[in-house]
Amino acid sequence: MFGFSRAQSIAFVVMVVLIVVSPFVLYPVFLMRVLTAALFATAFNLMIGYVGLLSFGHAAFFGMGSYVAAWTMKTWHVDAAIAIIFGGLTGAILGLVLGYLAIRRSGIYFAMITLALAQMVYFFCLEAPFTGGEDGIQQVPRGRLFGVINLNNDMTMYWVVALVFLGGFLFIHRVIHSPFGQVLKGIRENEPRATSLGYRTDDYKLIAFVLSCMIAGVAGGTKALVFGIATLTDVHYSTSGEVVLTTLLGGLGTVFGPAMGALVVTSMENYLAQFGAWVTVTQGVIFMVCVLAFRRGIIGELGAFLRISL
Amino acid sequence: MIMIFGIPAPLLFGQLLLGLINGAFYAMLSLGLAVIFGMLNIINFAHGALFMMGAFASWMLLNYVGIGYFPALILAPILVGIFGIILEKTIISRLYKLDHLYGLLLTFGLSLVIEGLFRNAYGSSGMPYRIPDVLQGATNLGFMYMPNYRGWVVLAALVVCLATWAIIEKTSLGATLRAATENAPLVQAFGVDVPRLITLTYGGGVALAAFAGVLAAPIYSVNPNMGTNFINTVFAVVVIGGMGSIMGSILTGFGLGVIEGLTKVFYPQASATVVFLVMVIVLLVRPRGLFGKAA
Repeated sequence: MFGFSRAQSIAFVVMVVLIVVSPFVLYPVFLMRVLTAALFATAFNLMIGYVGLLSFGHAAFFGMGSYVAAWTMKTWHVDAAIAIIFGGLTGAILGLVLGYLAIRRSGIYFAMITLALAQMVYFFCLEAPFTGGEDGIQQVPRGRLFGVINLNNDMTMYWVVALVFLGGFLFIHRVIHSPFGQVLKGIRENEPRATSLGYRTDDYKLIAFVLSCMIAGVAGGTKALVFGIATLTDVHYSTSGEVVLTTLLGGLGTVFGPAMGALVVTSMENYLAQFGAWVTVTQGVIFMVCVLAFRRGIIGELGAFLRISL
Repeated sequence: MIMIFGIPAPLLFGQLLLGLINGAFYAMLSLGLAVIFGMLNIINFAHGALFMMGAFASWMLLNYVGIGYFPALILAPILVGIFGIILEKTIISRLYKLDHLYGLLLTFGLSLVIEGLFRNAYGSSGMPYRIPDVLQGATNLGFMYMPNYRGWVVLAALVVCLATWAIIEKTSLGATLRAATENAPLVQAFGVDVPRLITLTYGGGVALAAFAGVLAAPIYSVNPNMGTNFINTVFAVVVIGGMGSIMGSILTGFGLGVIEGLTKVFYPQASATVVFLVMVIVLLVRPRGLFGKAA
């Protein structure tokens, strides 16, 4: 029903089983970090993998989603579900405005424009009073979901995050395999042809961008909920770079690649955190290795080896 | 005290000068980016890191070898330029047949590696670099006191930018370069060693960034993040100017620096974002950039 091929259905079942089993083996807090990063990367992949546009400013949508979710929870004491929805809406609205400007150019310029616009958002967050500047928004209470489910328990929180991730994942997959998604791929392959067939390619690109930003905002809001904090790091351009790395490592334009990349990148950060700037160096080296020798990414290579599309 | 638009004249001119200095760096960096893009078809994301390396090279030359500012102004760009040539030969040249985006991703990774290594070795707090004795002090221009070093930076940047423009637009080497940018296979058929030309272009662009880095060393503290702080703004400058024209890059760089300086006087809160706002306006009115060729 979501347009999965047989191989993809099997992979999906494997992923769900892993999501269900892993909190009994690994720390739920670590896994929640992986899942929010995976959702963020899956959203990003919609643009780079299926529209062929590299957004170098996705941290803006992730970070603003995170700020707005944290702020509404802390100040208005809204329900966690509402806060995440606010996060998604923020991502979508910001995506509409910035996307409207950015899709006027393509290729390398699109990447530079999104980077510059995200930098503007960063400076805005640095100055705006509601973000708390350098301190960020801290100690956001998780509260009770729908007023009933106590989210302060990490395991309960984990299941909620897992559901949000799966929801976002299936949504994006559905988008990609809809007629709309087919047009997107057509635009990626040959934009003048799509135009000549009567498609308003700019509108398609903008809608895809807004959807991608919306899910990025949801991921940011979920992250704020889990860790009770929204900071400048979330909007910083290094976060944009990280999501590019995650997706590239997992496999651009693959269904399961971003999630796989998130698992690897988050684990790596976890283990390297004690070594300070070596995280940056390692990330840079992975970037270069991926571009030079490993362009299909982990899942892409696996798929090519098994001759299936994952 | 003389007032202009309700602002004390020394303050206004002081910020204007600071703006010109920032503009000088924007101009030199966006010029290098434009030249490299024209020839290699990649956006050199590592440009900021190489700018930082230029500053560090001058600091190292002074502290480890005892070579002063003026020799470093020549030596540091040569050293970093050679480093750039090695990078181009060993890594970047593998990407020419691929989508442009891979070049951007590769050089982004490269900048992470370079900055990470420098941060490991020198921390991120930054080291001071003394202004050379000859350029210490300030000159009274009548309407303001100008610190000599700042005046020197603007002058040196202008000379280097115009020299680059002259080399590309007025010499036979520049003509070959422009021809190769337009149609590389044809130029190669005429017996020009295009791959070598590409390598030299990259080396030259990198050396330009390193030169800017040396100029920047006494103004900003020499630290591993100094390039990153600049490069994001420089990308906006490149989008505003469009990468079609050398003179365009120079004018846009200096112009935006001045706009930024004036914003600091009249509405300081927006000074960090004004370049991006200009970019938004340019995208709305003239998406291809002020000096860009029609797509």
